[in-house]
Amino acid sequence: MTSEQTEAVASVDETLLHVEDVRKYFRVRGHAGSSRAEVRAVDGVTLDVRRGETLGLVGETGCGKSTLARCMTRLYDLTSGKIVFQDRDISRASRHDLRTVRREMQMIFQDPYGSLNPRRRVGSIIGDPFAIHRIGERKDRKGKVQELMQLVGLNPEHYNRFPAEFSGGQRQRIGVARALALRPRMIVCDEPVSALDVSIQAQVLNLLTDLQDEFHLTYLFITHDLSVVRHVSDRIAVMYLGKVVEVAPTDDIFNTTRHPYTKALLSALPVPDPDAADSRERIVLTGDLPSPINPPSGCRFHPRCPKAQEICSREEPPLVPVLGDHNNHVTACHFPMEVGESLTPGTVANSERVNEL
Amino acid sequence: MALLEVDDLHVSFDTADGVVRAVRGVSFTVEPGQTLGIVGESGSGKSVATQSLTRLVAGAKITGSAMFDGLDLLHASQREMRRIRGRRIGMIFQDPLSSLHPCYTVGWQIIEMIRAHESVPRRRARQRAIELLDLVRIPNARARIDDFPHQFSGGMRQRVMIAMAMALNPALLIADEPTTALDVTVQAQVLKVMQDVQADTGTAIILITHDLGVIADVADEVVVMYAGQVMERARRREIFYQFHHPYTEGLLASLPGHGGTRDRLTPIPGNPPSLLAKLDPCPFVPRCPYVFDKCRREVPPLAPVHPDERHLSACWLEPDRALQFEWESSKFAQISSTAHR
Ligand SMILES: Nc1ncnc2c1ncn2[C@@H]1O[C@H](COP(=O)(O)OP(=O)(O)OP(=O)(O)O)[C@@H](O)[C@H]1O
Ligand SMILES: Nc1ncnc2c1ncn2[C@@H]1O[C@H](COP(=O)(O)OP(=O)(O)OP(=O)(O)O)[C@@H](O)[C@H]1O
Ligand code: SF4
Ligand SMILES: [Mg+2]
Ligand SMILES: [Mg+2]
Repeated sequence: MTSEQTEAVASVDETLLHVEDVRKYFRVRGHAGSSRAEVRAVDGVTLDVRRGETLGLVGETGCGKSTLARCMTRLYDLTSGKIVFQDRDISRASRHDLRTVRREMQMIFQDPYGSLNPRRRVGSIIGDPFAIHRIGERKDRKGKVQELMQLVGLNPEHYNRFPAEFSGGQRQRIGVARALALRPRMIVCDEPVSALDVSIQAQVLNLLTDLQDEFHLTYLFITHDLSVVRHVSDRIAVMYLGKVVEVAPTDDIFNTTRHPYTKALLSALPVPDPDAADSRERIVLTGDLPSPINPPSGCRFHPRCPKAQEICSREEPPLVPVLGDHNNHVTACHFPMEVGESLTPGTVANSERVNEL
Repeated sequence: MALLEVDDLHVSFDTADGVVRAVRGVSFTVEPGQTLGIVGESGSGKSVATQSLTRLVAGAKITGSAMFDGLDLLHASQREMRRIRGRRIGMIFQDPLSSLHPCYTVGWQIIEMIRAHESVPRRRARQRAIELLDLVRIPNARARIDDFPHQFSGGMRQRVMIAMAMALNPALLIADEPTTALDVTVQAQVLKVMQDVQADTGTAIILITHDLGVIADVADEVVVMYAGQVMERARRREIFYQFHHPYTEGLLASLPGHGGTRDRLTPIPGNPPSLLAKLDPCPFVPRCPYVFDKCRREVPPLAPVHPDERHLSACWLEPDRALQFEWESSKFAQISSTAHR
């Protein structure tokens, strides 16, 4: 191996952001009687984001994806746990200390309509980060902003327009331009294309890919759309009810699926191909997502899991390599799936039990 | 014989900015017991077109005809429409979570719905409501019937909406994005329930969605809409494997795992047009990589694609293009690889 190759390999595996046993509980008003309850939105997540990769984060609504993202970027204070960004522990960093972190870690949000102030001109919206971090002279800002607009495929002459004068896809580009302003190392994208039509979604995804190549960006990419996440991600982490249940390189998630929940999620994804749709095995999960206020004991998926046995309700399975998997494929399940194993759907009795929870 | 035959439907709105021509000459048919899928991007007129069939769009100017059971829905009296809505045509709206009243139990709402149309005793209506909740797989229906909507999950509420729409055994169910707000696993449950109910009762379904995956799953026939018009109409397999219209091609090409490579996707360039403006004779002209002179001069009619008489497309390209098409030669990929962002 030449030294150049060694370096390339090293930089791929290098950890940029390390999340360790992070928890975020929200206090909410409880049911009649109990005055206080806690939503365990994120409940003990350990995860690494490697330099230069795109890590996809998937899971159903309410499983804690956005909350985890906001913990990572320290928009939220943690209930407990540790976050290390570029070898620096930022778990308890003060607002002031976070200023430098914010320059290097940006966020893009889902809603291209709601996340931009309608009464401000795009030029000043995109230029915000320069103003907030007092970067450059005021008079140079317009030029810098127009460069950014060009970069994301917006017409720089539209500098003085208002958000309402742009389409959904263009508004998402405004969000991307703003996130890029300070040349961050990492961008957390929270459902950046979910509100867009497929044809426009493809434009924005291409833009994000191009920018990643150009600026060596690291992405955490949150979405509930598995076909999108498959396209963009190098690795995928699957969340269920505040926990990460499986992490693996993208192809392994799809081809060597280990966790029954991942399997069910993949099988529910509608595929735009009639022949495939007619022939594939579909696992229709019984029951509904339990409440994160009072999550099930043991493995949180056990009340809905067709493979569940007694131990599953008693002991929480650790997130580790299973069935001889390589270190980079970890699964939290007592009875992980073999390749080619089919998951028989749960019985009616099973679903009734769930609904009584 | 077709259950519903829509012919040359036009819908427009007078607004402060001018006349919005949301639906511009749409025709399709629905066969008994079949599912017609309507796909198209946001704003293409899917909701307006189908809601005007039940005459529920306020302030709209509607022309054309829609024959349903020998009655023209677009020219029927409001009295006749009230008899048809709910009873012969069931509806599920795009915004599910707001469609159930939060202050009444789920059972009460279904029972009232039944009793508004049929004079049956309360006990019988209640029994029927329980059967309906069973039908849409609400576990323990007999007990859950007295719960309030907030005690149900999003997916369960959507299943209740299906139960209500099916309460009077309608011949046609119009479902406008019934699963868009739901997670994939819940979506799979709801679609399964709809299919099971259809198999049980023989109801025809118009399913509106922008998700081609859902279409591939459940539609028998498909209408592809763009800018208020039908671009292509065919059976499900033809839409995916032998499409004719460049817009259909563009939609499929945009999907991850379809036309593009692993690194880059193949989008449709540009944006959908404003419906206030005068459009080109073919509304897809500004975004179409196959455009040629004739497209800017003459309106392409919705005409059969050779050799399939039931497969219609509104495009001037050769009628047998569908037979020769190969993804390798798709022009969308070519322009996308040369375009700078
Ligand atoms: N500020 C808050 N106060 C109380 N509960 C909250 C708060 N924010 C989130 N939650 C709860 O925490 C859980 C996780 O929410 P989160 O928004 O992280 O989910 P998500 O995975 O991003 O979902 P989605 O796919 O719908 O965006 C949910 O049960 C949610 O209701
Ligand atoms: N009451 C109204 N007044 C004026 N314009 C309207 C009205 N209702 C709908 N429109 C316009 O008609 C067009 C078609 O709208 P429609 O809701 O049918 O689209 P759609 O295909 O259902 O889109 P989506 O996928 O976003 O639901 C849009 O441009 C919309 O802005
Ligand atoms: S008619 Fe012309 S512009 Fe319209 S879709 Fe066909 S080739 Fe493209
Ligand atoms: Mg979220
Ligand atoms: Mg609509």
